[in-house]
Amino acid sequence: MKRRFGGMILDCAFRIMIPFMVLYGLYVLLHGEHTPGGGFQAGGMIAIAIVCVRLILGTQSNLRDLGAKAALWAGVGTFIYLLTGLVCVLRGGNFLEYEYLPFFFQEAAQYHKAGIMLIETGVTVCVAATIVNILDAVIERVDEDDSDD
Amino acid sequence: MKKLCVALIILATVICCSFAGALPQIGSHVAGPNIYLSRYYIMNGEEETGSKNLVTAVLADYRGFDTLCETTVLFLAGLTTAVILYKRTREERDVPRDQEKRRRKR
Repeated sequence: MKRRFGGMILDCAFRIMIPFMVLYGLYVLLHGEHTPGGGFQAGGMIAIAIVCVRLILGTQSNLRDLGAKAALWAGVGTFIYLLTGLVCVLRGGNFLEYEYLPFFFQEAAQYHKAGIMLIETGVTVCVAATIVNILDAVIERVDEDDSDD
Repeated sequence: MKKLCVALIILATVICCSFAGALPQIGSHVAGPNIYLSRYYIMNGEEETGSKNLVTAVLADYRGFDTLCETTVLFLAGLTTAVILYKRTREERDVPRDQEKRRRKR
């Protein structure tokens, strides 16, 4: 988006709001196993923060280069999930059998918690990067159409 | 290639539809999940997974494989959308446009 979307009011308002949006996204991710929430929702929230920054600041945004690598990050997120499963397989368990993760816990439940947290992180990265990726594609297309006219 | 794609889509649809009759009815009280599986999750979920939230327990632990495929589908869908929307190179873009202009002039 070459043109900026926001004026002074949007700039100032979102300067305050966006850190809280990211923080709340992280809270939903880390607290997902106790309260409703989890990877998909957390990814959505973090992505919305990035989308707001890029729409309001345009090319002045520090996050504008993120879009080029968003497809890569979406793949990384999926890979984190897959890797969690494969590590369990390599250490002699079944796919995604969390007891075989390389941690040193006493109880089986703690292994499950750690495994859930790992795969939720992967899901979060994937969802956030996918949304940014789609946004970036749309923005590029809009810019292209603008420059033709 | 296009014909092959259409044929594959039709084949996949036919295969999926032909097995739809074997699925249990939604809300049926004789279907397996409704008889014992939900009860098992509720009774043993917190103990076995260490997660106080049953939704996360089912999503990430009991059905982890399902969630993996879900994430992969999401990734592929996002990638496809981006590939369709992304900017074409200048040469690819200009050739069809010139042809259109010529057609209009005629």
